[in-house]
Amino acid sequence: MARVELAVVDDSPAVELEALDQLWFQVAGTVCNLRCKHCFISCAPDNHSFWFMTREQVAEALSQSTELGVKEYYFTGGEPFMNNEMEAILADTLEVGPATVLTNATLMPPRRARRLARLRDASLYTLELRVSLDGITREMNDAIRGEGAFDRCVQGVETLVDEGFLPIITCMRSWPEHETESYLEGFRDLLAQVGYHRPRIKILPPLLMGEEAKRTRGYDETERVTHEMLHGFDLSQLLCTRARLVTARGVYACPILLESPSARLGDTLGEAARRPARLRESACYTCYLSGAICSNTPSSAGADR
Amino acid sequence: MSGIPFVPGEDEPGAGNGTAPRSGGEALLSSNDGEPLTRVAALGGIYSNHRALQVAIDDARARGAQAIVSLGDLGAFGPSPDKSAAILKKEGIPVVRGNYDDSIARGLEDCQCGYTDPRDNHYARISYEYTLANTSREHRQWMSGFPRHIRFRMGTGPDALEVLAFHGSPRRMNEFLWETTTPTHFLQAMAHDAGADVLLGTHTGIHWSRRLDGKRWYVNAGALGRPANDGRREVWYALLELEQGELQPHFVPVSYDVETLADEMLDEGLPDEFIETIRTGWWTTCLEVLPGKERARGRW
Ligand code: SF4
Ligand code: SF4
Ligand SMILES: [Fe+2]
Repeated sequence: MARVELAVVDDSPAVELEALDQLWFQVAGTVCNLRCKHCFISCAPDNHSFWFMTREQVAEALSQSTELGVKEYYFTGGEPFMNNEMEAILADTLEVGPATVLTNATLMPPRRARRLARLRDASLYTLELRVSLDGITREMNDAIRGEGAFDRCVQGVETLVDEGFLPIITCMRSWPEHETESYLEGFRDLLAQVGYHRPRIKILPPLLMGEEAKRTRGYDETERVTHEMLHGFDLSQLLCTRARLVTARGVYACPILLESPSARLGDTLGEAARRPARLRESACYTCYLSGAICSNTPSSAGADR
Repeated sequence: MSGIPFVPGEDEPGAGNGTAPRSGGEALLSSNDGEPLTRVAALGGIYSNHRALQVAIDDARARGAQAIVSLGDLGAFGPSPDKSAAILKKEGIPVVRGNYDDSIARGLEDCQCGYTDPRDNHYARISYEYTLANTSREHRQWMSGFPRHIRFRMGTGPDALEVLAFHGSPRRMNEFLWETTTPTHFLQAMAHDAGADVLLGTHTGIHWSRRLDGKRWYVNAGALGRPANDGRREVWYALLELEQGELQPHFVPVSYDVETLADEMLDEGLPDEFIETIRTGWWTTCLEVLPGKERARGRW
């Protein structure tokens, strides 16, 4: 089990890495072709605060990762397919383990989907595409993700399904919790229209950061993780006890806190794996309440009791 | 063969706070005539399929298995959980603690599979509540003594292989190790940490194996409880054989009386979806946890 340590400088709880099960890559930095209103790290075409990772940078981390016993590889951004080395990076990754790409699917011409299918079929491991779609109608989605995003995304899903992928559709919940079942029904209908008849759908809780904080509200003072809250809590629910994020400049505690300098835990993976994550941000409060929201399936996180 | 000597190992300190005592711990397994083990059968999740269980045990013995080990998950999905438990007890088969057994023994509120999909959750709950209500006190008590690990050695001398049997993974009873999401280096690190040459588990319900570095192997015994999501009605168990100092894992298909089991499930009021699975060989529920590749091979 990870230990909770008392912090010296501030009193936020610190948690050790339990096992490096997931290695995340900020492969597209903060660069995205979209400019979503709820993006928790405010990615955009002109947000260059984090730049693309090169194939070499990824390869170096991959080779270290095999020593560290990593189980799954995740690629995020920004939009990973903005990185023109993305397919080569996936080919390298799929030689050592399973890969998941978090994409908006708007840059998915049939030629690319076909190449991805070939990479998938050549590997023992699975290649998962996690597609963000934030509404069941054009109006609902585009209000958040920008004009034209809905049509391009749904088209991208159709292209992937044609190539035999079963993309995981993720949607940030922008409705009251009790309405989730009817929205799921809406997603199933929508996806069936483009030939996706057994959709994998994952509803995510909103993170009140970045653009989303401006769109709705930020966290308030009381929404923090305290030491008392961690008594008897299953720490393996928190991604930072089982993952690290590699970026073009340094390694972070998790993919959520890219913009918190204090979450930068080192220059190298080895260094960042040894240092505990500090639960000082309000986003940690969402993790605390919602569990491992970033993983593909419950198989990736959560201890037996 | 009449029962396998079953030497309980040291217990880990109990960590649970449920209704039944939680024994962690490791147990050992050996053949009953003192001969080195060279042929061992491993039974994956039984999920109350007492019909397949009996056929598999008889089949393993007919094939000369010197020992049989159950990797846990006696209940779920199928009818009358006490029947499978009674068979295992009668046959003297040692059992590794599965997440289901752990939940049932301690009366937890769910099976610890961690489904988040509402539909999967719905069926998991039906199956769990049925199994909890229909497992006798005596069997729950018995389950609370299942060890988390069983260790045994196959062969002798420098060629001997250390086998570690567990339910999900050596570190977590409910960890899914699927073929397409489990890197070889990850398994090697796990085998190294566990001091084992062969890692033997179940929990996913689909059998597979992979040779690791040196003479090491990972073997997932699959499940006796339901078919392997491959459109076939047979279920599977694993037969580990030692040949010239090398492990040869075989997967054995088991044909059993599917229609009688289906009738029993119907009588017990279990969902049609479960019956459809044993009849068609395609999973209809608990699909959320399947990786894309395994899911794509199935029908639903
Ligand atoms: S939410 Fe995703 S698609 Fe939208 S701007 Fe952010 S990174 Fe790009
Ligand atoms: S945001 Fe979540 S994963 Fe990241 S450090 Fe905080 S609790 Fe850990
Ligand atoms: Fe299980």
